[in-house]
Amino acid sequence: MKRALSNPLALSGFIIIASIFVLALAAPIIAPFDPEAIDVKAILLSPSMQHLMGTDGLGRDVFSRMLFGARISLLVGIVAVGIATAIGIVLGAISGYYRGWVDVVIMRFVDVMLSIPTFFLILAVIAFLTPSIWNIMIVIGLTSWMGVTRMVRAEFLSLRGREFVLAAETLGAKDARLIFKHLLPNSLTPIIVSSVLGVASAVLVESGLSFLGLGVQAPQASWGNILTDGKEYIQFAWWLSLFPGLAILITVLGYNLLGEGLRDALDPRT
Amino acid sequence: MSAYILSAQHLNKSYIQRSGRFGFTTKQVKALDDVSIQLRAGATLAVVGESGSGKSTLARCLLQLQPLNSGAVQFQGRDLAVLSAAELRQQRRHLQMIFQDPFASLNPRMKIGAIVGEGLLIHKLGNALEQRQKVVQMLKRVCLSEADMEKYPHEFSGGQRQRIGIARALVLEPKVVVCDEPVSALDVSIQAQILLLLKELQQEMALSYLFISHDLRVVRHIADEVVVMHQGKVVEQGLVADIYANPTQAYTRNLINAIPGRQRAANPS
Repeated sequence: MKRALSNPLALSGFIIIASIFVLALAAPIIAPFDPEAIDVKAILLSPSMQHLMGTDGLGRDVFSRMLFGARISLLVGIVAVGIATAIGIVLGAISGYYRGWVDVVIMRFVDVMLSIPTFFLILAVIAFLTPSIWNIMIVIGLTSWMGVTRMVRAEFLSLRGREFVLAAETLGAKDARLIFKHLLPNSLTPIIVSSVLGVASAVLVESGLSFLGLGVQAPQASWGNILTDGKEYIQFAWWLSLFPGLAILITVLGYNLLGEGLRDALDPRT
Repeated sequence: MSAYILSAQHLNKSYIQRSGRFGFTTKQVKALDDVSIQLRAGATLAVVGESGSGKSTLARCLLQLQPLNSGAVQFQGRDLAVLSAAELRQQRRHLQMIFQDPFASLNPRMKIGAIVGEGLLIHKLGNALEQRQKVVQMLKRVCLSEADMEKYPHEFSGGQRQRIGIARALVLEPKVVVCDEPVSALDVSIQAQILLLLKELQQEMALSYLFISHDLRVVRHIADEVVVMHQGKVVEQGLVADIYANPTQAYTRNLINAIPGRQRAANPS
């Protein structure tokens, strides 16, 4: 961990993500207004000291909405990736450890899932379900586990023949001990890196869904639906589009920097 | 028969290798071709041969780390190849292995104490305190200290790591230890220390060694009997002194002549 934070990429990514987390957690304290309070006397005000990022078409304070929207983005990113990583580790471990026909079945299933364009699959599924933040997290998670599965499988295959794993087998270790004590701990680095990178893409997918109206539903704020609200006024209220767009950009950039930095820092070959 | 603690009869093991332009044609490569060996209790049997002669495959097949195509492995009168997975795990306690590469044979994410104590934990030998005492005792025997238990493998040198590997195998008080080129990855000065340690431990713990090596100087140092392997077959076997003095096979003569510093003595020119 110390090595990871001495890497400038990882450190800058970490600082960005940590500050967004602090802002999101402290939203109820920092936010100057109720994010859902409509004020008809303050419609489409440009940024000022009172309304740092202006107000939207219903007179809601954009800065407050941005803060609460950050909670959605971070939560969706983390939970969705958590689900995907959990599925990926379980399937990848089974596939790489037991090999044989189980491996063939799991890998062909991965191929099938990869052949479907994920975003449209998510759109189709959400269209049938009620669009709620929980459904979004679950659906994103259930459609993005394939990369982790392949990676865990590859790690297991290469570690399985290593001498320390054979040594544990010679000692009389059962499958569970080999998997959880020897194989999994030594595959964690790439899993962590790909999870961090995965959060970035999950944040993007959530923003995209919310922008299309299939994500987080009004009046609850999310960066994606603030953008949607802003698109009607884009000619004379630039702040409604700029700030959520920037927020998404910075968050995704932060996660990518952190992920890339961790990859460099934790890779023993470099 | 009872004099042999470990014996193997007619072991066969082959790999399927894809060949041809698109890998459509396959070729069988025989790693073990009707190999039979006998290890006397308390003795050291060396298996020598060049790279690819099937030595390591033999070691792994004997310990049932790789499945055999056919053949029987008798350990204390039981055929290991037909034991159930659970029975085999029980027997593993008595059959340990020391590996070639000291940098690959220790789990980099476990502390030394956990690495050496893992076998005791798996076989539930004694309570936590007794296990710890055994680990400390074993570490001291291989010239490491109690404080080393809290360290990770990367903090040690190759020779020290090999000692840790020896401690891990011997803490279970096994009867047979398969040493797969245990010194070939080490500096020559360290090799001698490790060989000496193995010899001492053999005396103290009444161990039988199956010692795999390509280095005939090392073999002469430690082994009583020797088996020469070439392309998966046993080409010659017998007492070390006999084979060195009087090799009957051309291949064995080549191996002996390949010992550095011996060529000149053999053909003075």
